[in-house]
Amino acid sequence: MNQAVFTPWDDPSAKPLIRFKGVTKRFGEFVAIDNLTLDIYEREFFALLGPSGCGKTTMMRMLAGFETATEGSIELSGQDIGPVPPNKRAVNMMFQSYALFPHLTVYDNIAFGLRRGTMPREQIDARVSEMLKLTRLEKFARRKPHQISGGQRQRVALARSLAKAPKLLLLDEPLGALDAKLRQATQFELMDIQEKTGTTFVIVTHDQEEAMTVASRVAVMDEGRVMQVATPERIYEAPNSVYVADFIGDVNILKGTATANGTGSYAVTWDEGQRPVTAISDTVFSEGQACFLAIRPEKIAINAERPTDADNAIQGKILDIAYLGNLSTYHVALPGGQVIKAQAANTRRVSRRSFTWEDTVWISWTATAGVLLDQ
Amino acid sequence: MQRFALIFVPYLWLLALFLVPFLIVFKISLSDVALAIPPYTPTLKDGVGPFIAALDFENFAFLTSDDLYWKAYLSSLRIALFSTLMTLMVGYPIAYGMARAPEEWRPTLMMLVILPFWTSFLIRVYAWMGILSQEGFLNQFLLWSGLISEPLTILNTTTAVYIGIVYTYVPFMILPIYAALERLDGSLIEAAEDLGCSRLKAFWLVTVPLSKNGIIAGSFLVFIPALGEFVIPSLLGGSGTLMIGKVLWEEFFNNRDWPVASAVAVILLLILIVPIILFQRNQQRQAEAEG
Repeated sequence: MNQAVFTPWDDPSAKPLIRFKGVTKRFGEFVAIDNLTLDIYEREFFALLGPSGCGKTTMMRMLAGFETATEGSIELSGQDIGPVPPNKRAVNMMFQSYALFPHLTVYDNIAFGLRRGTMPREQIDARVSEMLKLTRLEKFARRKPHQISGGQRQRVALARSLAKAPKLLLLDEPLGALDAKLRQATQFELMDIQEKTGTTFVIVTHDQEEAMTVASRVAVMDEGRVMQVATPERIYEAPNSVYVADFIGDVNILKGTATANGTGSYAVTWDEGQRPVTAISDTVFSEGQACFLAIRPEKIAINAERPTDADNAIQGKILDIAYLGNLSTYHVALPGGQVIKAQAANTRRVSRRSFTWEDTVWISWTATAGVLLDQ
Repeated sequence: MQRFALIFVPYLWLLALFLVPFLIVFKISLSDVALAIPPYTPTLKDGVGPFIAALDFENFAFLTSDDLYWKAYLSSLRIALFSTLMTLMVGYPIAYGMARAPEEWRPTLMMLVILPFWTSFLIRVYAWMGILSQEGFLNQFLLWSGLISEPLTILNTTTAVYIGIVYTYVPFMILPIYAALERLDGSLIEAAEDLGCSRLKAFWLVTVPLSKNGIIAGSFLVFIPALGEFVIPSLLGGSGTLMIGKVLWEEFFNNRDWPVASAVAVILLLILIVPIILFQRNQQRQAEAEG
């Protein structure tokens, strides 16, 4: 319920905490960030998602103060932070390598930032204890970083970066070094801590699942540009480009031309010898305009008989089955040679599965299942 | 059996090259000077009983009676200590610069540090005499540039000894510190800045503590040989520079008083044992922390 209420990005009167205004960053000839404009709001858990080299780490380092923008400005609570050095910013960062000080104990690591200010000793003590409790590290306060496990180190790094109660916390691939199980648990822990402390989190990750799980909004980046900024649901269900659709999750892309066949409904001619498929779209396409129909595999049904009620149905042959445990992905080859991926839940045990290799099947989807894209 | 042999070889080495010579020196220090070959008495030719009976500690007692010796020890300690500090101050920035240099430059810089070892140490010290003397290059340059009007007296002073020691031993300081700094993760410095440190503060709170082992190792590698240094004070230092290595040499070769010289050497060794043990413990601790 809270989630539904918290949408400051839809509120035109809301003041963003961070404002990128036409920011460009060049390293010599290489353009790392290309004229980027982006708002991030208070209490948000914002994810920067993209392949390596897309500029997401550069953005984070500009927020931390380790890089300065070549052009444009970055504002934090309305103040241009371009000339502010990293040690004067109300921004803290959790490093990918954790960057824990190996010569200091867990306690001293967490207290490190607090001791740089004028805070009295008792207050530092209280704050560190609070952080130790928050990250469940009380028992390890006297240990050195090399005497604790990877997961504990990750929590020390988090506690240290949160200790100064920054306005903004930056997390650089925070869970990259953890194994899959621990990573999942830590994702929820992170969300929990973010909610408890009310800090604005900006997380950099290349793991789309992680971004989708933790973030209130996700920015998908490519080659220094932000391709789309939206909630995880919208990124997944309503990508604005083939790049975003393809980057997040699995998708079938049908390339074709659109012809209107009703209000907001289009017939997509995508392959000779196949009947055009019908798709509903809010975007207006002109007659014969090139388009891409993106359909998620789980939105495609697979049946032995032709379903009577489906808007689109095509016959094909099962080429391959990827068994994922809870799901199976069927690669269905169409007569024209294209391969469409359809996903079905394994509600029965594998030995009793209804389809197998070389079976002729019908794949079908509704007119609203796919997204019609123009780029 | 095999294990025994493995342990035995290094111990045999130590026995032959350290313990036996030390015992010989120690024995001589307990002897009396004599006009003979060798120039001390007793020797085993006298028979075992009289040999043992003739040994005594009077040379050590003599060292305490003449204040030349303890002054020389103290002066050596002081010179070794200050030159170690100076070497640290010269060596640390060089090591830091090397560790921060672009990766492709580092082997070249390392080469430059090691390069002086390709020439004889003695020749390099003589070269310093050419630089530091009254008519030397340094004075000529300073006179030419107009900074001074009278040549400076540097050679044959303690200053020249400091210059010589710092010059000679600086690579021993640079290499361990460089090794420590090169391994330092740059993100630690960024983390310190991120948490509110200025550049300088981050250096003191992170870089220096993390290069501590390198500093300790380098300091001992300079301090230990500098304490017994003989060549540099005798070639660059004047009569005013008192160092125990020089005293030792004079006892041996000018006075031909082997027993007293040996006593001086034994005491020097005892003084050196303390820093050597400290150095070993530091190395061991470092190995444990990494292991």
